[in-house]
Amino acid sequence: MSEYILCLVLFCIGLYCVLRKRNIIKIVIGLGIIEYAINLFFILVGYRTHGRAPILAKDQAITNMVDPLPQALVLTSIVIGLAVTALIVAIAIRIYDKYGTFDISKIRRLRG
Amino acid sequence: MRNKEPGMTLIVKTITRLTVGLILLYGIYIVLHGHISPGGGFAGGVIIALSFIHLMLAFGREVALKKLSEARASLFESLGAIMFLSIAILGFLGGCFFFNFFLHKGKPFELFSAGIIALCNIAISLKVGAGLFAIFAVLILFKKLGKDE
Amino acid sequence: MELQLLLLFMIFAAIAAVEIEDLLSSVIAVGAVGLGLSLAFLILKAPDLAITQLVVEILCLIILIRATINKDLALVRDGRWLFNTFSVLLFIAFFLLFSYFALKELPPFGQPIMRVAKEYIEQGLNKTGATNIVASIILDFRGYDTLGEATILFTAVMGVLAVMRRVGRINAK
Repeated sequence: MSEYILCLVLFCIGLYCVLRKRNIIKIVIGLGIIEYAINLFFILVGYRTHGRAPILAKDQAITNMVDPLPQALVLTSIVIGLAVTALIVAIAIRIYDKYGTFDISKIRRLRG
Repeated sequence: MRNKEPGMTLIVKTITRLTVGLILLYGIYIVLHGHISPGGGFAGGVIIALSFIHLMLAFGREVALKKLSEARASLFESLGAIMFLSIAILGFLGGCFFFNFFLHKGKPFELFSAGIIALCNIAISLKVGAGLFAIFAVLILFKKLGKDE
Repeated sequence: MELQLLLLFMIFAAIAAVEIEDLLSSVIAVGAVGLGLSLAFLILKAPDLAITQLVVEILCLIILIRATINKDLALVRDGRWLFNTFSVLLFIAFFLLFSYFALKELPPFGQPIMRVAKEYIEQGLNKTGATNIVASIILDFRGYDTLGEATILFTAVMGVLAVMRRVGRINAK
């Protein structure tokens, strides 16, 4: 139970960063921390105490393995998170070229 | 003292010449053994992209783009995606989507086992590696944009 | 025991990443959080994920460091700073309170309900012939999700290439 609470505290730190900071790069850092916390939560739900990694070996029986299904889902989620981070950073670089600043309270005009 | 040639200092260039081939080989090893030991297509593809990025960071943009130009990286990425889709659609001949009918499963713990999983790993590693290298080449080391609208 | 210590280390590194003013230092602190996450995956018996998280973290750091090269002006604190911070902290406190009641419904830590995964583990070797069960799940039992992931990667790469193009619109005469 305490591991779940610590994981949610990590999620809340990232959430605070997204809500309160005004620099775009800080917002990207906050999104990264949120994504780490969510991936960790998935794997924490599927852990079995004194379990084995889900790889078959030649001389051991198939018992007492951890849950392999959340691991398969998180594997794709990690690579998708990287692609989304790269896309946001590309947009942030173009914003800097156009407006000269990373401050989001000065980027107000939407030009058609 | 500042050196006028692109890239980093001499120590970094020497170490890069020694290790970049080994990193590429390690990435290919992780991809090919994806069905026996942990790893698979995604991790191996990222390691292959990292070897080319290492070359670009140490030697400058021109040398690395001669090895793998941007157009060819896009070609490899599309090739990987088409290969993955065609393996999936070929399963229609056997019954349903992604069905494994044409490669027999073989004995476990060997390299030529597990049907279509090895081919799918190779296709995914091509796609992920070439795509991430294309992102890096455009994002990191581009010349400053002019004021074009 | 070591899992809780690792989570505490990640929380401290995340607080450092959020609060430090200098952008380069906070990017390095996010790298420390990612490395701690890779160790946590290893403790939780997920070797596939540890390898993937490690190399993806390295690539993410390189891309983020590129974004900090542009220098920015100092940000000033506008008015109502105290009210905004207080309301965000109140919202987060409510969120943690309600999530504590929700976390009680989960099975206790270390005893998962493996209804679907039991089938995958027992039939995996017979039906696919692969000894890595996670690889057989993502490429044979649930290959459709991997196809969706490949589509997302393709779209993201095309998005980055389109945003960073250098040619603009053709000027009208």
